[in-house]
Amino acid sequence: MFRQKGLSLSKALFYAYAILVLIFTLGPLVIVTILAFNNNPSASFPWQGFTLDWFKASTPGRVGFFDDARMISAVIVSLKVAVLVTLISVALGVNNAFLFVRYKFIGQNFLYLLMLGPLVVPGVVLGTSILAFSYGIANGLDKIFGAGAGTFLRPGFWLVVAGQVSFVATTTTLVIVARLKRFDPALEEAAMDLGSSRLEAVWLITLRFLAPAMIGAAIIAFLFSFENFNTTYFLSGSDPTMPILLYSRLRFGITPEINAVSVLLMMVTGVLGFLAFAFQKDDAA
Amino acid sequence: MKTLARNRGQWVLLTFMLLWIGLLFVLPHLKLFYLSFVSRRGGEFTLANYLYFFHSPLYRKIFVRTAVFSTLVTLLTLVISFPVAFIITKVAGKHLKAMLLLAIILPYWVSELIQAFTWMVFFRETGVLSYLLRAIGLTHHNIEFLYHDSTIAVGLVYTSLLFMTIPIINSLDTLDDSLIEAAYDLGGNFWSTLREIIIPHAAPGMMVGSIMVFMLNLGNYVTVTLLGGKNSLWFTEIIYNQFIIRFNQNKGSAFSVILLTFSVLFVWIVLKITKQDLSEAM
Repeated sequence: MFRQKGLSLSKALFYAYAILVLIFTLGPLVIVTILAFNNNPSASFPWQGFTLDWFKASTPGRVGFFDDARMISAVIVSLKVAVLVTLISVALGVNNAFLFVRYKFIGQNFLYLLMLGPLVVPGVVLGTSILAFSYGIANGLDKIFGAGAGTFLRPGFWLVVAGQVSFVATTTTLVIVARLKRFDPALEEAAMDLGSSRLEAVWLITLRFLAPAMIGAAIIAFLFSFENFNTTYFLSGSDPTMPILLYSRLRFGITPEINAVSVLLMMVTGVLGFLAFAFQKDDAA
Repeated sequence: MKTLARNRGQWVLLTFMLLWIGLLFVLPHLKLFYLSFVSRRGGEFTLANYLYFFHSPLYRKIFVRTAVFSTLVTLLTLVISFPVAFIITKVAGKHLKAMLLLAIILPYWVSELIQAFTWMVFFRETGVLSYLLRAIGLTHHNIEFLYHDSTIAVGLVYTSLLFMTIPIINSLDTLDDSLIEAAYDLGGNFWSTLREIIIPHAAPGMMVGSIMVFMLNLGNYVTVTLLGGKNSLWFTEIIYNQFIIRFNQNKGSAFSVILLTFSVLFVWIVLKITKQDLSEAM
């Protein structure tokens, strides 16, 4: 539109601004990527030659990511948490989508607003509230059933899963609601007229229609879980997730290994992000 | 028979929904609220946890600082993001548009922790910025750029960019280009067109973006503590200290309730002042 107007000066200014924005947003990521391959143990410039040591090396003073046992075990904890959170959250998302799209009941609007709550509340507040709540229950269980009965509700694996499900399920619900709204229930009725039971019709027709949204929601849930810090920080115990371990290391200083970890995370999350986008773009509200 | 099945189905769905939102959201917040009003030992009703906050000059200062800082960063993000959204929707060709979109989404995918880390790499004493300044001869010593307010601001703007830009893009997308052309044809210049046509149309998106960014800043923990270190003095940090380091759940709960109340009040007041409807704007 500015071409016709011949506003070449403002156009040049806009382009200059766009370039500045590109440098600001991508520059830090590019720097970290270069440093991940720089054979300089100070994790900074100058460039001292190409190396893969920060990915794989186990000499004294030089430990690469894949040889760092603590780091690998944190990744495994994160993966376990993320898989569980994803499965539970997608199931809840489908559950909630059917509840909000297919039924009308008193208090539905209020319940819908309540459902949005976990996304609006700051992650730190969400984490502290679940910590305080589970602490009380764990103490109660210990008192009734003997010491140790409430251990699964103490900071650790299960509490992290619970804390993340609280807000990830809101996101999956929103994604799946958007797609279910576009489904024509007449298709389900047709299947039932042709002899399916209601559950069969839902299974064969509706869930198949929802599949792209469920996959998209699953990828987003996985990313949210794998990357979550604020809520998880209050709930994790002696086996930290990946972000918690990285954070505790960063407070002591930067190592080139963390550059390498960042590059790997960029690649994985980049691919997952693209996939989520691809599966979801039809339903973007 | 069919209606019965439908109703039973509804009850099953409702049960799972209520279990989730009840056990993982409503009851925990009620517990938080309750804890904030009882004493640590004995558990009788008290306002002491809140009075402790209001009587402490340090905590009051941290609270005001967090609120003011978040507001300033939100305004800064708005000023930086608006032209980005405008370029993406109205100026850029296909390729630049895709590139800009990717550039604001990519950092978000990489997670906030890695975002903060990349700025640590850049700003720390032996970091990239120091190296560059020495390389071009501006200084002979390494300079510590971390642990300053301006560093925290850079990190916060960086994490906020996406959440501000996308809602503004959504608003500007619906603005017909011919309206802008008409404004020019009627003798308007760039600034008057911006003021009279473009900004009023983008206002709902600007507001949604600002609310989201403000809330994210207020509740931020990673970016402020990594880039600000001991100087961050952020409100979320004192919540963490009460809960985890001092193990005082009652004071920690009171601080959490204060943060929550403030963010909800803020959103409500902004909506009232600007006479906007949030659900409409979304």
